[in-house]
Amino acid sequence: MWGRRSLPTLSRIHSHLKRCLSPPTRISLPLSTPGLEISVSICNSHYNTNGFIAFLFDSEMFFLLSCIELNIFHSDFIVWRHVDKTGPEGSIDILLLHGQDALMVVGDGRLLRSWDTNIGGLNWEAVLDTGSFQAACFVAIQDTVKLVAVLKKAAISLHYLSNGHQKWVENLPDSDAVQYQAVYSGGEEEVYVLGVVPNSHLTIIAYSLEDGEIIKQRSVEASWLSSIESSCVVVGQGVLMCVDPATLALYTLPIQAEETPEFSQILLQVLYLSPTVFPGFQPVLVSSQPHPARSPLSEFFLQLGPDHHVLLQLNADGYTIAPLRDFQPAFLVSFATTGKKTVAAVMTPKNETCCVTRACAINLFSVDSGRRLLDTTVLFPLEPNGGKPHTLYVHAFLKKDDSVGYRVLVQTQDHALTFIQQPGRVVWTREEALADVVTMEMVDLPLTGTQAELEGEFGKKAGKEHGLFPMVLKRLSSQVTLLQAWLAHLWKLFYEARKPRSQVKNEVTIETLSRDEFNLQKMMVMVTASGKLFGIDSKSGSILWKHYLENVQPNAAFKLIVQRTTAHFPHPPQCTLLIKDKDTGLATLHVFNPIFGRKSHIALPALPRPILQSLLLPVIDQDYAKVLLLVDDQYKVTAFPSTKNVLQQLQEMASSIFFYLIRSDQGNLSGFRLRKDLSTERIWEVVLPTEVQKIVAVKGKRPNEHVHSQGRVMGDRSVLYKYLNPNLLAVVTESTDTHPERAFVGVFLVDGVTGRIIHEAVQRKARGPVHFVHSENWVVYEYWNTKSRRNEFSVLELFEGTELYNSTVFSSLDRPHLPQVLQQTYIFPSPITTMEATLTEKGITSRHLLVGLPSGAILSLPKMFLDPRRPEVVTEHSREENLIPYAPEMPIRTEWFINYNQTVARVKGIYTAPSGLESTCLVVAYGLDIYQTRVYPSKQFDVLKDDYDYVLISSVLFALFFATMISKRLAQVKLLNRAWR
Amino acid sequence: MASVPRLCLLLSIIPTILILCADFACCNTGRKTGDGLDTDFSGFSVPLEHSFEVDDVSRFRMRGALQLRGGRETSVSLSQSQLSEEDRNTLKEVAAVDGLYKIRVPRVSLTDRQTERQMDGYLTAFVRACSLVESHLSDVITLHTDVSGYLIGVSIVTIPGACRGTEVEDEVDLEAFNTTLTIIPPTNAPQPETALFIERMDIEHEKRGKPQEQKSFFAKYWMYIVPLVLFLMMSGAQDQSGGGAANGGGR
Repeated sequence: MWGRRSLPTLSRIHSHLKRCLSPPTRISLPLSTPGLEISVSICNSHYNTNGFIAFLFDSEMFFLLSCIELNIFHSDFIVWRHVDKTGPEGSIDILLLHGQDALMVVGDGRLLRSWDTNIGGLNWEAVLDTGSFQAACFVAIQDTVKLVAVLKKAAISLHYLSNGHQKWVENLPDSDAVQYQAVYSGGEEEVYVLGVVPNSHLTIIAYSLEDGEIIKQRSVEASWLSSIESSCVVVGQGVLMCVDPATLALYTLPIQAEETPEFSQILLQVLYLSPTVFPGFQPVLVSSQPHPARSPLSEFFLQLGPDHHVLLQLNADGYTIAPLRDFQPAFLVSFATTGKKTVAAVMTPKNETCCVTRACAINLFSVDSGRRLLDTTVLFPLEPNGGKPHTLYVHAFLKKDDSVGYRVLVQTQDHALTFIQQPGRVVWTREEALADVVTMEMVDLPLTGTQAELEGEFGKKAGKEHGLFPMVLKRLSSQVTLLQAWLAHLWKLFYEARKPRSQVKNEVTIETLSRDEFNLQKMMVMVTASGKLFGIDSKSGSILWKHYLENVQPNAAFKLIVQRTTAHFPHPPQCTLLIKDKDTGLATLHVFNPIFGRKSHIALPALPRPILQSLLLPVIDQDYAKVLLLVDDQYKVTAFPSTKNVLQQLQEMASSIFFYLIRSDQGNLSGFRLRKDLSTERIWEVVLPTEVQKIVAVKGKRPNEHVHSQGRVMGDRSVLYKYLNPNLLAVVTESTDTHPERAFVGVFLVDGVTGRIIHEAVQRKARGPVHFVHSENWVVYEYWNTKSRRNEFSVLELFEGTELYNSTVFSSLDRPHLPQVLQQTYIFPSPITTMEATLTEKGITSRHLLVGLPSGAILSLPKMFLDPRRPEVVTEHSREENLIPYAPEMPIRTEWFINYNQTVARVKGIYTAPSGLESTCLVVAYGLDIYQTRVYPSKQFDVLKDDYDYVLISSVLFALFFATMISKRLAQVKLLNRAWR
Repeated sequence: MASVPRLCLLLSIIPTILILCADFACCNTGRKTGDGLDTDFSGFSVPLEHSFEVDDVSRFRMRGALQLRGGRETSVSLSQSQLSEEDRNTLKEVAAVDGLYKIRVPRVSLTDRQTERQMDGYLTAFVRACSLVESHLSDVITLHTDVSGYLIGVSIVTIPGACRGTEVEDEVDLEAFNTTLTIIPPTNAPQPETALFIERMDIEHEKRGKPQEQKSFFAKYWMYIVPLVLFLMMSGAQDQSGGGAANGGGR
């Protein structure tokens, strides 16, 4: 049992802007680039006196604020974390840091909150007026920051930092035509609001801090300007600096000027800068305002290409610019301030060998002169299968000799955070990609060397290649190695038994991985939304390998398929990841070894057309890999692997390979049959009119599921046989009419081969989200009852009746009679987030449902409670069958929580896998956190208890054995004596 | 099951007509199956087409007409022609190569007559041709509707459904379909049975209530308490009087 906490979920691409022209934090946020947003600030918390604290948040999905200790001694310990609502209500618009306070605007300008960064407590919360959020910044009065200005689409308001009370609110003039995008304060008596009429003019309004009166209002001609957010920053003494990508010129404008100001243009050529901007690249300005009470620095960076930055300085006259230093190549730049000193950190590639960057170097430069500071180089090693650096956060501090020292936090494209200390020591690395696991599989670990040797000896190929004599030799040698291994094992046991238990370390490395006796330890292969794959040891939770797939679209869909398990030594196990671009539908395959994470060098099929469906066939090729069929939009089939052997097998089996396609946008379910030439033929079609209902989910049964018992013994000793159709699909629909009285949820059970609708049930006055599990002969679904306003569970069970139609084999083509369907519904006292059923090796153990609750708890609900045969009135028969009498409410017992107090925030999915022990099922719950444990639905019936008295049992056995021996002997003597008589 | 001879548009001689009301069977009392067709028929008919080809390329031909009647009493009947000599031979050939026998009906709404023609496309189902031949053309066709009366799916099975490879010698067996036709509307999923449960609990409470009614302590033991109290009072009074007497004596 272990759990992993992660910081935030990382967002998809979204363009974040420094909405406030004067960022109060000393870092530059990424501009219209994907990924995580981090703000870093010094925090003299009592937890960490020499560290600094990072805030991480995701402004797209939900609010999450966490504080990790960046202590050099304590690695990455999360000090506190808050998870807010999902959806737009919890989205963070902006985060501003000042001293110990963290200020944020949540839910598109709905709430203004202030947090204490030391303890993570909420200082205050203020409800803002309606209106979509534009920008916010701190406002200082007489050198102390006392206020925060919040700019909305049509109004500006000032709030006190101490309690959140509103000082004043003013409507913005002419807000229909002018897009107000920025607010600026440089420590003066005014606060400036900047608005733009795209490609026409710029509006500057100065408000008095005291009462919100408009002091002055200016309009400046700017036909080239379309957005302030994306192209302007404030530098120096209140000078607005804009870049125009079309003319390759910088424009400056003094905001505070008394008379009507005008933009003055400076061409980049004049600055001796190469006028060639990287094609398709929008130049970006980066400035820094170390303290909100003072004006920003007059130095700023101009980014001209992905790896080209220039450090520029605005001269004192306010309209001429001097270039300080040209950085090319330079991936990332950042400003950092400590005390009065401000430095610029620049990351440059290093150790480039054959177009591959192995490491990056970070150097500090003096901002005033652009000179490199000596002995400030930090090396940042790049992982071979990792992402490129994406953002740089620098924490600078003054050393005893008054020189500047610093630590950096680097965020890479694969959503990993690395904290580095001078001179290049990686203090810790966090894999934040794991906060967004999309899909996962558990793969058996390989056998140990000796076990593998045995397997190899009796393997198929061995006999063919060797004669009789070498086989005998091989047998002997393998016996010797086995003996050796056993002796080594004994020695290890003896050696470890002498040491106290706490000292015995079980370090798991990729080399020592081997299957344990009961196959409880497995390799968890996790696919994350960022395109990074992880191999995690299920026993310890340590990451054993990681692989970042570049060029994965942010909205790609993933499907992970285990083509070959570990059981086929010497062939390595093989996993295939199908990555599908949601926009184009084009798919790519990534084939890898799930134990080591290495990419397999197998010829991949060309997939020029969008892929509609993929199906894993039970057909195996000569290398024991299961065949994957990919169906494209012209209903052509591609096989992978597509060797001659496979194609031949496919041709032979073609008429018995059926598959289905579902187009939820058209409400269309159709079935196809494979032809001998690998083309397909449409054989059935079911259409659910989209005007009435839309398909929300379709689930088949898990292929690795075993059902041990074919029927249920009734009270009168007859057998009720289960309807075990492996091709059955559960299709769940929701009505398009959302009126509470008319809304419904539809559940269709459709045979995937014949398209026959086995059962069609409509749950009236119900709506989603519907969570459901389809297994064995039952479907359990959960929905929201709109009339009674509660969550309800419903269970459908299918039975063939007391006689089986064909007891030897199931064929969808030959099952003319419809099954009996029983259904019962229960009230569930909590909403749920996800649901899965336990799975065991042979299916003997009773089933439990694992229900993820929004509270973070995982409930193990016995399936016995969800049984449509629960009787209303208890009879002799039902008591015989051990049926629980029907009760409309499903209980939630706290002892059913399998994760106790280790809650899993935002459970997104639960994965279950069988172990080698029939009683044990492995469970992984993933969401923001990852949690792995074992469950025993029928208790540990196949495991001896810890307090099992071996000595007593064996002594009794021995005693009985000797007693029999002695009594036998005595009886013989007696018989002999009697014979003599 | 009822089979009524009737002249049909499609040169048919003996159509098999069947009406089965799956859910309204209970309320469909007055109307006899079969009678309703000849007299006032307010429903409409849609074609039922079938296709069986040796090369598995669908070529749908008319098999019969489905008489559908919507409204409160959804009912359906089928008038279909016999298989021609040529069709019979093709069907046997298809069965020999394990081909498919497919049927299709157009997507229609049983209730809303206006939108009936607006929907395009068909609902298709199939059965193995060999099982159709071996069952002597006895098939069960089921039409599924959704909540608002749209046809959403059709299914066909034969009884028996297996292909055992038995030869059908008698040509007469393959002439006429013996079709069972059903319309299945969606079933309503049950709601939690709270009312019944509460009722049951009440009954149980009542049952249990009478013998186990908790009497108060006093009600239970009054026969002991009253004499005890009386005795105490008596003795107390005696004491008092005795004390009084003693005092009086002292005075």
